[in-house]
Amino acid sequence: MTSVTDQVSLEAAPATVRRDRRRPPSGQRLAPALFISVSVVLFATFFVGPAALGIWYSFTDYSGVGDAEFIGAENYAELLADDQFWASLGRTALYTVLAVPLHFVAALFVAVLITSPAARGKSLAKIVLFVPWLISPIVTGVIWRWLFGENFGFVNHLLALLGLGTVRWETDADWALVVVLLAGTWGGTAFNMLLFVAAIRNIPKSYLEAAEIDGASPRRRFFSVTLPLLAPTSFLVVLLGTLGSMKEFAMVQALNGGGPGTENMLLVQYIYRTGFERAEIGYASAVSMVLMVILVLVAIIQLRFDRKEDLA
Amino acid sequence: MKQRGYALLMTAVLLAVLVAYAIPVLWFLLSSFKPGSELFSLPLTLLPQDWTISGYVTAWTRFDFWRYFGNTGLVAVLTTLLTVLVSAMTGYALAKYRHWWLRVFFICILATTMLPTEVIMPSTFAVIRELGLYDSLAGIIVPSILTATGVFMFRQYFRTVPDELLEAARIDGVGEIRTFFSIMLPLAKPIAITLAIFSFQWRWNDYIWPLIVLNDPNRYTLQLALRSIVGADNIDWSVLLSASVISLIPMVVLFVVFQRQVLSADLNSGLKD
Repeated sequence: MTSVTDQVSLEAAPATVRRDRRRPPSGQRLAPALFISVSVVLFATFFVGPAALGIWYSFTDYSGVGDAEFIGAENYAELLADDQFWASLGRTALYTVLAVPLHFVAALFVAVLITSPAARGKSLAKIVLFVPWLISPIVTGVIWRWLFGENFGFVNHLLALLGLGTVRWETDADWALVVVLLAGTWGGTAFNMLLFVAAIRNIPKSYLEAAEIDGASPRRRFFSVTLPLLAPTSFLVVLLGTLGSMKEFAMVQALNGGGPGTENMLLVQYIYRTGFERAEIGYASAVSMVLMVILVLVAIIQLRFDRKEDLA
Repeated sequence: MKQRGYALLMTAVLLAVLVAYAIPVLWFLLSSFKPGSELFSLPLTLLPQDWTISGYVTAWTRFDFWRYFGNTGLVAVLTTLLTVLVSAMTGYALAKYRHWWLRVFFICILATTMLPTEVIMPSTFAVIRELGLYDSLAGIIVPSILTATGVFMFRQYFRTVPDELLEAARIDGVGEIRTFFSIMLPLAKPIAITLAIFSFQWRWNDYIWPLIVLNDPNRYTLQLALRSIVGADNIDWSVLLSASVISLIPMVVLFVVFQRQVLSADLNSGLKD
């Protein structure tokens, strides 16, 4: 099992020792160029292009029609004083900090359960746990909105029956975020579970057997043998989870639209709103650039962290 | 005895987890068979008191589902075919040839996973409009073809194919391109199937591209149509629940058919889209 970073470091290593110094025939240069040509065009058009254009727009007052007029760093200055921007950024950060550990623990927990030799009914379990993966973020939002309706939801009905009183899942910002967290975890478990299950299967049985013979308890075996060996996969799950949470959008749209009011509006929704509903493309691009810088920093920090793990 | 107790405990925990994961879907499914009047009448009951498909009938007549299915299906199938082909070619080039520019391009592909395009959607929208793809299905298909996951999956696979096979083809005078299409691509069929399933799911459930690209309701995909119901001021829950269930059917069928491939997929080599 190799994580992405392993592949990069492998790639950088001088792996071509046995190759002769003779230049390869031209066919061996033309063919790969042809093979990657479509990808290169798509990459340039839909990745480099928008990124460069976004940087330019963020310094203009572009509104989607007419000409984009250069206005210097005005958008960024305005952004610094924009309460809604800071609120969205803070909410996105809070959501990410809570969602990543939750997604991680839930996926690892179910992966351990369904790979445990002791548990019964594992094939059925795998199917049931996988159902949320089939469901789109929009429908996931619908399902959880229906379940956690404040006046009509099943959960509040049960709570009332148990005499616990009802919870303001829709009108209280923090409870609404709790529902988003639960729905996100529910929807994201299946994919991460697949990653963990494959990684757990790849752990040599002899390691765990040796630990067992040495008298290690199941808990000890998990924390001292299994978990350290899952490090590359754990890293991948955390990285993907962070990126995914930072750009959460569709599910929240259907779940509560960032409500109540705008209290749970996350950053991508804020970009959508300013860029498309208010047609302030220049301003929205400035927000995009901030988010882009944050994501790059997150990726760099995590890749660093992964390197250190490898050396240890 | 201790072994047995442990097994029992694990099974019980697993069962509890299953119930927790199944309840949201079960409640949603069962509710969709309740008549509109029963949806909000207290006390709520788990099972519908009088089973009905009236919600489905209303949803089906009020919305042009055939059109949404057609649009979404067309986008998902075409994008998937193109994704598999482009990913296979790119992954193959990255795995089997050594040039500095291939290494650079690999890093570029890696960067796309770190920087999802949702983040720069205002300028992406401008690019799509400049290309004349606004409000067309092609505007959803073309930008979604390149996925890092697909490229990584094929690259990883082709690295395991011995170089001797390629050398042998060269000695026999088979051209590079023919080697790829007639020897390498057929070898990678399992990867192609796995990627195709995942790609179909991404595209079928995609929301953000259709949202920024499409304007004409006649070109709406299922997700956009659902969003228009749930975004209304007064949500018609009876219709929304049934319409949502209907939108899941193709994915469920796909899963039933390809269950084995999906559940055994080792995705560690690739990345989530």
